[in-house]
Amino acid sequence: MRPLTDQETEAVFTKLANYIGDNVQRLVDRSDGEYCFRLHKERVYYCSEFLLKKAACIAREPLLSFGTCLGKFTKSRKFHLHITALDYLAPYSKSRIWLKPNAEQQFLYGNNILKSGVARMTEGTPSHQGVIVFSMNDTPLGFGVTAKGTADCKRADPTAIVLLHQADLGEYLRNESFLT
Amino acid sequence: MKKKQNGVKSRAAANGNDSPAPSKTKLKPEKLKKKQNGTSKRPAIDDQENVVPALFKKKAGTGKPKKLKKGQTLEDAEEILQQNPIKKGSLDKTKKKKKSVRELTPDDEDMDMTGLAEGKSLGLPGLGENDSDDELIDDFGDSDDEESLPEDADDSEDEKPSKEESLQLNVNMPSYHLPSVEDVEKELKTAPNLENMKLRISEVLQVLANFKVRKEEGKSRQDYVEVLVKDLCAYYGYNEYLIRKFMDLFPKGAELMEFLDANEQARPVTIRTNTLKTKRKELAKALISRGVNVDPAAKWTKVGLVVYDSQVPIGATPEYLAGHYMLQGLSSFLPVMALAPQPNERVLDMAAAPGGKTSHIAALMKNTGVLFANDPNMVRCRAVIGNLHRLGVNNAIVSNLDGLEYPKVQSQGFDRVLLDAPCSGTGVIWKDQSVKTNKDSQDVQRRHTLQRQLILAALDAIDANSPTGGYLVYSTCSVLAEENEAVVNYALTKRHCKLVPTGLEIGVEGYTKFREYRFHPTLSLTRRFYPHVHNIDGFFVAKIKKLSNAKTGGTQLKDERKEALETGEELPDGTPLPGSNAGRKKQKLKNMEKHEQKVKKMTEDDGFNTKGDIPHVKRDRPTFKKRLNKRSLAKTSGKAVRQKRRKMMEKRGRGAAHAE
Repeated sequence: MRPLTDQETEAVFTKLANYIGDNVQRLVDRSDGEYCFRLHKERVYYCSEFLLKKAACIAREPLLSFGTCLGKFTKSRKFHLHITALDYLAPYSKSRIWLKPNAEQQFLYGNNILKSGVARMTEGTPSHQGVIVFSMNDTPLGFGVTAKGTADCKRADPTAIVLLHQADLGEYLRNESFLT
Repeated sequence: MKKKQNGVKSRAAANGNDSPAPSKTKLKPEKLKKKQNGTSKRPAIDDQENVVPALFKKKAGTGKPKKLKKGQTLEDAEEILQQNPIKKGSLDKTKKKKKSVRELTPDDEDMDMTGLAEGKSLGLPGLGENDSDDELIDDFGDSDDEESLPEDADDSEDEKPSKEESLQLNVNMPSYHLPSVEDVEKELKTAPNLENMKLRISEVLQVLANFKVRKEEGKSRQDYVEVLVKDLCAYYGYNEYLIRKFMDLFPKGAELMEFLDANEQARPVTIRTNTLKTKRKELAKALISRGVNVDPAAKWTKVGLVVYDSQVPIGATPEYLAGHYMLQGLSSFLPVMALAPQPNERVLDMAAAPGGKTSHIAALMKNTGVLFANDPNMVRCRAVIGNLHRLGVNNAIVSNLDGLEYPKVQSQGFDRVLLDAPCSGTGVIWKDQSVKTNKDSQDVQRRHTLQRQLILAALDAIDANSPTGGYLVYSTCSVLAEENEAVVNYALTKRHCKLVPTGLEIGVEGYTKFREYRFHPTLSLTRRFYPHVHNIDGFFVAKIKKLSNAKTGGTQLKDERKEALETGEELPDGTPLPGSNAGRKKQKLKNMEKHEQKVKKMTEDDGFNTKGDIPHVKRDRPTFKKRLNKRSLAKTSGKAVRQKRRKMMEKRGRGAAHAE
């Protein structure tokens, strides 16, 4: 367990900013105590300082997780967000997509979203922007990257891909063991 | 006759332990009577007259003459009256009146027995004798003491008026011919017949329920029990060890059958609302709209929902994935409710997988404080991590340690600890039928050894001085007393702690005495749950408050020794002071003796030893290989280089000196 290096911090924050923009600041300066990011076994965890001190009691090997796992660094030192980060991304997200009930299931099985499945979408989203996916009753389902901006979407045909899948809740069942 | 029968029946009902008998064990009364007639061996009436005076002498001596007033002549009755003038009025009356008086006297035990016997022949097997509640009634006990009292067995018959003799004969006589154990075994091996077995089980249970009246001449209780064990094993598919254990637990035949039947049926599917993300009402609404039929699970829980039927897989709905609920049995709610964690506490769950109870704790703590979730199994730890993240728990630390190591990691560092100990799983046989056959005494012994080590480790991890807590909740999904009461009792002797009420509304009290074993009286504060009583998994919950951080057990002795050393006096137990050779030898002998005793005790440990000598099991801990970094492998670290250089210089210096 160690704090992130400058490079790593940059990678993490740019990734987060892709989804929640300036709200990254809110994750760092919280009113309810000191929170911090820590790297442990190539994974980035986000937790309170208090929890961190407690977690430090346990040796490196047997310590499996503390606080919330946001994502992991790949071998090529890129940062990948995990579905576990959804709890922190969803409330602060800049752009969102709401799915129709029948597209919901498809997305949860790991598929991209077609235009026909989109019920609503945040106005003015550019392409390649990180988006949080919601169901019609406002439960966050996952996140992805737009393939087209909002303006392009209006012109596209119903079978065109609007959102590229990155992570969805179904992963809790599909690959629980790779998650953390 | 009919009238009499009815009266007796109602009395049997009024006795209070008329639990509805399982329909399976019911017998057809006509059939039974036929059989009884066939084997009737009743003493003749003139025999009876011989017996009465003898009886009278005996009973008059004990001061309970009213028991025999039935079959006596008038002179006899008058004799009694002279000794017991208070009863005069009732005895002077006609026979009919006498009967009514008899029915009103509450402590007329013999009559109760016959009443019950009657009730049984009417399809209420295994009601057992009408004992007081705290007395354990044992249908399967080894003792044959009833047999040694044939006179007593005749009592109830002799009391009957001659008119009703024939009826009573039918009821009291042994009806069932017991085949030998070998025969039964042979039958089970060659041509097992389920209906035969069932019939035999119910017959034997009936006999055992009122043994002294219904037994066959020359057969001991042991014989009946052996046959019963064989039949139950074959019928339900258990091994003999477990059946015998269950017989100890449920001495009443009817209850045993209910328990075994309940193990065959599945418990209802229940889910727990994750209060971190949603409310039960909203969740129920959402699930019903998906075509899942749910209802509040029980009165005592505000977060449980029971699922009746569902059109979609309940473990894969979007609500499940979003972490709005957790699939978990009702029994898993209980230990967490007993633990009652408060916000901002430090809580440890020692055996957390798969995370149901852990997330429940986190929900009660409202995601504050620290929650350690530990599980020694790495594979199951993955499930814990997944579930905790799914349910939005962010105050948890997941670790993969042996629970025994926690007091080393954080000695006295927790306000509350939940120990849901690994157990034989005898309470959840419906989930895993393999338990029936693959658990033997050794398995159980291994389990309770580990449980004892774990409960001590858990107690050591608790901070007794915590302002809000200092509690341990010990729970298992086993019904065996070795794994439950005995373990808690052991902890009470080893650490300074006490049992406190669990705060659970349901459940039956734990045993304070079990067969020949006696536990601490406060063990009545623990709670047991049975599948056939509460319709949840067989479960056990005990809540312990740690009183001080000092370890008891053996400390007193050490203090005595220390004092003696300081003052230079003889030790109180007569051992000579250290220093002299004689003392050493003596001590050595004593130690050897002690060791032998210890070994002996360990080998014959049945799970109830209160001395608490537990064999130290050496388990192979996961050894973490120290990673050698490249530098040290290549010996290019600063230290290695310096050492190398030093050696070289030394060599050179020596060489130079040699040359000189």
